[in-house]
Amino acid sequence: MELHTLKAHELQDKLRKKEVSATEIAQSFLKRIDAVEDKVQAFITRTPEAALAQARRVDEKIARGERLAPLAGLPGVLKDNICVKGTKTTCGSRILENFVPPYDATVAARLAGQDAVILGKTNLDEFAMGSSTENSAFFTSRNPWDLSAVPGGSSGGSGAAVSAAMALWGLGSDTGGSVRLPAAFCGIVGLKPTYGRVSRYGLVAYGSSLDQIGPLTRDVRDCALVMGAIAGHDPLDSTSVEAPVPDYTKALVPDLKGMKIGIPKEYFVAGLDPAVEKAIQGAIEQLRSLGAECREVSMPHTEYALAAYYLIATSEASSNLARYDGVGYGHRGQGNDIVAMYKRTRTEGFGEEARRRIMLGTYALSSGYYDAYYLKALKVRTLIRQDFDKAFDQVDVLVAPISPTTAFKIGEKVEDPLAMYLQDVCTVPINLAGVPAISLPCGFSGGLPVGLQIIGRPLGEEALLRAAYAFEQANDYHRRLAPVGEV
Amino acid sequence: MDYEIVIGLEVHTELKTRSKIFCGCSTTFGAEQNTNVCPVCLGLPGVLPVLNAKVLEFAVRTGLALNCRILPFSKFDRKNYYYPDLPKNFQTSQYDLPIAVDGHLDIEVNGEARRIGITRVHMEEDAGKLVHAGTIAKSDYALVDYNRTGVPLLEIVSEPDIRSAEEAKAYLEKLKAILQYIDVSDCKMEEGSLRCDANISLRPRGESKFGTKAELKNLNSFKAVQKGLEYEALRQEQVLGEGGKIVQETRSWDDSRGVTVSLRSKEQAHDYRYFPEPDLVPIVVDPQWIEAIRRDLPELPDARQGRLVEQYGLSGYDAGVITASRAMADYFDGLVAAGAEAKAAANWLMGEVAKHLNASGQPVEECPVTAQALAELISLVDKGTISGKIAKTVFEEMWTSGKTAAAIVQEQGLIQISDAGEMVAIVERVIAANPQSVADYRAGKERAIGFLVGQVMKETKGRANPELVNRLLREHM
Repeated sequence: MELHTLKAHELQDKLRKKEVSATEIAQSFLKRIDAVEDKVQAFITRTPEAALAQARRVDEKIARGERLAPLAGLPGVLKDNICVKGTKTTCGSRILENFVPPYDATVAARLAGQDAVILGKTNLDEFAMGSSTENSAFFTSRNPWDLSAVPGGSSGGSGAAVSAAMALWGLGSDTGGSVRLPAAFCGIVGLKPTYGRVSRYGLVAYGSSLDQIGPLTRDVRDCALVMGAIAGHDPLDSTSVEAPVPDYTKALVPDLKGMKIGIPKEYFVAGLDPAVEKAIQGAIEQLRSLGAECREVSMPHTEYALAAYYLIATSEASSNLARYDGVGYGHRGQGNDIVAMYKRTRTEGFGEEARRRIMLGTYALSSGYYDAYYLKALKVRTLIRQDFDKAFDQVDVLVAPISPTTAFKIGEKVEDPLAMYLQDVCTVPINLAGVPAISLPCGFSGGLPVGLQIIGRPLGEEALLRAAYAFEQANDYHRRLAPVGEV
Repeated sequence: MDYEIVIGLEVHTELKTRSKIFCGCSTTFGAEQNTNVCPVCLGLPGVLPVLNAKVLEFAVRTGLALNCRILPFSKFDRKNYYYPDLPKNFQTSQYDLPIAVDGHLDIEVNGEARRIGITRVHMEEDAGKLVHAGTIAKSDYALVDYNRTGVPLLEIVSEPDIRSAEEAKAYLEKLKAILQYIDVSDCKMEEGSLRCDANISLRPRGESKFGTKAELKNLNSFKAVQKGLEYEALRQEQVLGEGGKIVQETRSWDDSRGVTVSLRSKEQAHDYRYFPEPDLVPIVVDPQWIEAIRRDLPELPDARQGRLVEQYGLSGYDAGVITASRAMADYFDGLVAAGAEAKAAANWLMGEVAKHLNASGQPVEECPVTAQALAELISLVDKGTISGKIAKTVFEEMWTSGKTAAAIVQEQGLIQISDAGEMVAIVERVIAANPQSVADYRAGKERAIGFLVGQVMKETKGRANPELVNRLLREHM
């Protein structure tokens, strides 16, 4: 048995029993990366030396008999929009191609404090804007289940790395589905926590009121493990929630007795692939058989979510990305005066999608259009929140698809931004409402995984994890390994 | 036609908190370039702001001192524009829900009391500074100093209630006094910790509708505010008088040429695309906390002026001069507390002390003669130990040497001669030496006695008690 095929909690156990060393674990993953990274292309930056050094420190701690933190010695990856002091953080953009932050994101600092081993920084759609990693300025990552398909985005590099067993866990960021979609496409588990549950300090902002860092893992227990390591209040993030962090692994019980599950009918939209719908319906039946009480609920404003999302996210992005101007850091274009320099810098530095969203957001906030676009979108957001509040008066969690389809082919949608945006129709309402949601595999169609979405109340991560765990344990999807081009 | 001038002022004042508004960097003025900086105020990717609680407290205190209503729910917004001294290319400010609204302050110009409305007070971050090699026009490049980036500012906006350049100056002086009294800002215009923009328009007297306004920038001193507004009022009057129209525009005051010049028209005005700052949570203030701040407000200039008139019988004018700055008023209270008689204290403060401070350019806080020391000097005059004239010399010596009045009087033997026996000999000597003046006096020329007193003073190096000298001279002639 090769170490990289195991789950994080299994290796945690072996490490504590001294059946393996942290160095052996790290070496196993580095070897796996060497073997399959050429095919998958998940990494923008690899940090093998730092990973081995960290693993050796963990082994020294073990030798000294010191207590280990839960993630100690367990290798993972970070999406390349999460700042790590001294390591290049590109956001998948030319404009930050050589940017090395002089500070750690709070999650990076917490993981370092836990002695987690970081294997590298992973590919993403530029500034997390996209659903496939095709908007990365550098390259497109591949889906380990079908190398001609996308891994989903924007955290596609982390999704592909975990799915291809190049890492035990990965962190992504989810603004409109960017953790959950790659989890669904890559057949792994992805959690978008409650807004404010995980610190955003050091996560390069896209849509600040929507962004949330979340884990991508190979099973639900690992998801609970990583959540426990990264969640919690951070004085550096004013929007972070001051609430104690529970032991998420305690929520993992394999039955759903007494749990009320809602099925929002508006999520089963026209355009939903019949195979996907069948898998979701099958999953609902299974949840019922595990003891849950399932009923249909209505969330009437769902159809306006996508439009509201693309106004709010792009408005915030137009302001968040204004700082990349060539003055203090990052790429600088040549120009004879300051305005010419700005224009060259931003034209050369940003890709097409980033430019499109900056323009959309700038327009939505412009004088004369603000009320009709941005303000109206905020009102829609309130209505969507109310939809969730009302639904959660009746049920504990909601179940829905993640995406209308399974992973699409590379190049299939790049020419049609609207078709690409429609990928997010089932995920964006969750970010608008600020509630948590998890994605986990619930079947396969044509050899590609189908993702199931479970949505919870604010700070209701435990209920999500419980439902997801019970479902997972009743199936074997989490035991399947992506072929990564092998037949 | 007779025009009425309508002016509204926007004042920016830097708060004297120790750290910046959204990070822990120092706000110290004059530090080496780009040393008071961190990832947050440099706006590096991924960083987030955290509001400095002291800034909020100072903003509430200012709002209360300006008779404002504190909004129970307030928020920050982003003001988007590109400029190299603004690292995020947006300024975190407050737009539609500022911390304080609907206040006023009272001024008096030429004996007329006027109440000027305060529209709003809001918090925001300052930008950095561009440094050019040589002059802007001739420089090939600009350097950026980010030390000032993120220094907390309050913007205080008045209603268009001001009717003359003189009133504008009085408003600024009163505002500055209040901000200094409540200890939220140094208000040093020369260091940029107090800045003023003005909106000015004219309308036919009696008309209630406002005319088209111009916004004046680059008013870098109180004098510049007054001169700039006077110029602009004249310019607008001339344009209107010639049948022209005022264009809505931003104009810059050129202090050296004494004119205002157009910077940009309304069409070229920025669209700031304000929207709520998503990285900061709305500000919800506890009414009890507001009341606690209200209770802790110090005595404000108007109240203090009234007290000085009532308690010490000072004239309204004198009390106004003394209370125009908190430091001056504190110095006065210090003199009285140390036992000086109030009128004498006021005269010394507005006379010798003010004169010396003006000459040395020092603020009263740095006055080398402490209130305690000056009170001691005043009491020496009161007790007749030294004459008023000698006291000025002693003050001079105190200012330069830092010695006490008593020590100087002792060392230099300046104690007033009030002993008649000791004095008679000198008086007789002077009478004998000046027969002509004596004859004049006897002939009824009252003025001659002044000369003789002067001679005695000269003999005694000013130490003689003038009243005693007068009496003795008359007795002996």
